[in-house]
Amino acid sequence: MIDQRKKHNFKLYNIIIFIVFVAFITALDLKFLGDDYVRRVLSLAAIYTIVSVSMNLVNGFTGLFSLGQAGFMAVGAYTVAIFTVPLEKRAAIFYVVDQNPVLAQIHLPFVVALILGGLLSALIAILIGIPVLRLRSDYLAIATLGFSEIIRIILTNAKSITNGALGIKGIPEMPTMWVFFGVMILSVTLIVLLINSSYGRAFKAIREDEIAAEAMGINLFKHKVMSFAIGAFFAGIGGGLLASLLGTVDPKQFYFTMTYNFLLIIVLGGMGSISGTVIASFIVTIGLEVLRFFDEPLTLLGFNIPLFRAGFRMVIFSALLMILVLFFRNGLLGQKELSWDMITSWFNKKTLRRKEKGGAL
Amino acid sequence: MLEIKNLHVNYGGISAVKGINMSVPEKSIVTLIGANGAGKSTTLRTIAGLVKPSSGEIIFQGENITGKDTIDIVAKGITLVPEGRRVFANLTVLENLKIGAYLRKESIEDSIKNVFDLFPRLKERSWQLAGTLSGGEQQMLAVGRALMAKPKLIMMDEPSLGLAPLIVNGIFDIIKEINKLGTTILLIEQNANKALKVADYGYVLETGKITMEGTGLELLKNEKVKDAYLGSSKK
Repeated sequence: MIDQRKKHNFKLYNIIIFIVFVAFITALDLKFLGDDYVRRVLSLAAIYTIVSVSMNLVNGFTGLFSLGQAGFMAVGAYTVAIFTVPLEKRAAIFYVVDQNPVLAQIHLPFVVALILGGLLSALIAILIGIPVLRLRSDYLAIATLGFSEIIRIILTNAKSITNGALGIKGIPEMPTMWVFFGVMILSVTLIVLLINSSYGRAFKAIREDEIAAEAMGINLFKHKVMSFAIGAFFAGIGGGLLASLLGTVDPKQFYFTMTYNFLLIIVLGGMGSISGTVIASFIVTIGLEVLRFFDEPLTLLGFNIPLFRAGFRMVIFSALLMILVLFFRNGLLGQKELSWDMITSWFNKKTLRRKEKGGAL
Repeated sequence: MLEIKNLHVNYGGISAVKGINMSVPEKSIVTLIGANGAGKSTTLRTIAGLVKPSSGEIIFQGENITGKDTIDIVAKGITLVPEGRRVFANLTVLENLKIGAYLRKESIEDSIKNVFDLFPRLKERSWQLAGTLSGGEQQMLAVGRALMAKPKLIMMDEPSLGLAPLIVNGIFDIIKEINKLGTTILLIEQNANKALKVADYGYVLETGKITMEGTGLELLKNEKVKDAYLGSSKK
């Protein structure tokens, strides 16, 4: 009976947390709270959450070491950029090389362009996946990394479609933060449902032991391609949202270093933990901003401290990463999901320890 | 139920199985014994479709399944309990069982209950990660997982490998029990003594060829088998 009441409380806590979250975002959104900077950082965190969770589906749950996330994001981002910029602004943007006459006529609503971007990403993932997913571990990582670079170079050179290295400006901005948070909640929910379905179990079986999974009648190749394509779909969606948040895209944004941000997030959160990934996305995105004061010159007691200059932030960040890999190899949550049981048991352990200490005194 | 005719399997240029003929009648326990490298595991893996044969035929319930994909073979009712257990270590016991029933569309609650009846230990530990089970429990899980596909023929690759003698006895009891419930069993063992005692029929495999066959009892008494596999005492 006590157990049941406890469970009931937990449900109540969940609802309260959800309401607080919705209220907080709405307050921000209606400008009762925070400023544009905070809104922007949190929206970016929401986008990073979508992409990281999709990457975790591929890397953490299916066990495919793929580093192509930046490439898939680029596909989604450019689809949104190409199709949502108002027609009258096109000529001013494509002033060096004219836009492809067919594309120059097409304007799509944001939602359609966003989904198209995701689908295009998934299609490319299937085409690449068919040869590449026969590879394993580090070979797969190299192949997907190469793919992501190929996408970037195509974007730089297909000038009549992408405006080359100049990028595309003037992507309409979103009127509300809820676009990002709504899509985030939807994507995470869909991925969680997928992971808990029989497909999700098959993905995990492949991660654990390919031979045993095959002996159970799981089609390895089909499931790998499926996971890869679904991951690419959500990365494409994330890329599309990023394009509309920033209002501009250019090929340099999608360097392979971008993929490392997501890799860092899923390693920090725990490979194979959705809740860990969500938490880590916010920690990393906000952390990267908070650490920004390391990039500015600092004068302490009349001394100009020499290390504080542009780029030092990344040194600190790398050091944190090394500490993480050395001491918390499983990340925040490992393969577990955050639950009330976990939180209460953690607190219980703490109070127990305190009691023990008290007893010793 | 299962007929193997003149099966040859090559790994690259090396031939591992050189033309074996054997048959597994319905509802029986058939065992394949032999030393390391005799080709036992290769034979099983070929039947399961994990390895493609270079020539020969495998016929299951009157249907030629030679060279078919593993998925089709599992769907037809042959499952493999792989060597060294190979449970999904970071998944719970229950998840492991559910993956075993991956190809089944209908409700699997009954099968889960049946497996738990057969292995009460697994029920106690259904929320535990498979990697935290003991070796014997993992073997139970591997067998239970294979049963979840509702197989007609279950093939076991060295189920006694690396287990304590007492637990090995338990595993062989379970094999007999599964057989009594109506499942045909093809068993591969290095522990020839135990395997021949439970088997209705046995084959002895040496470097890719079948050198002897007979009922379990016949082989147990056979001098050559005793010398080579049972470690007969020549005191």
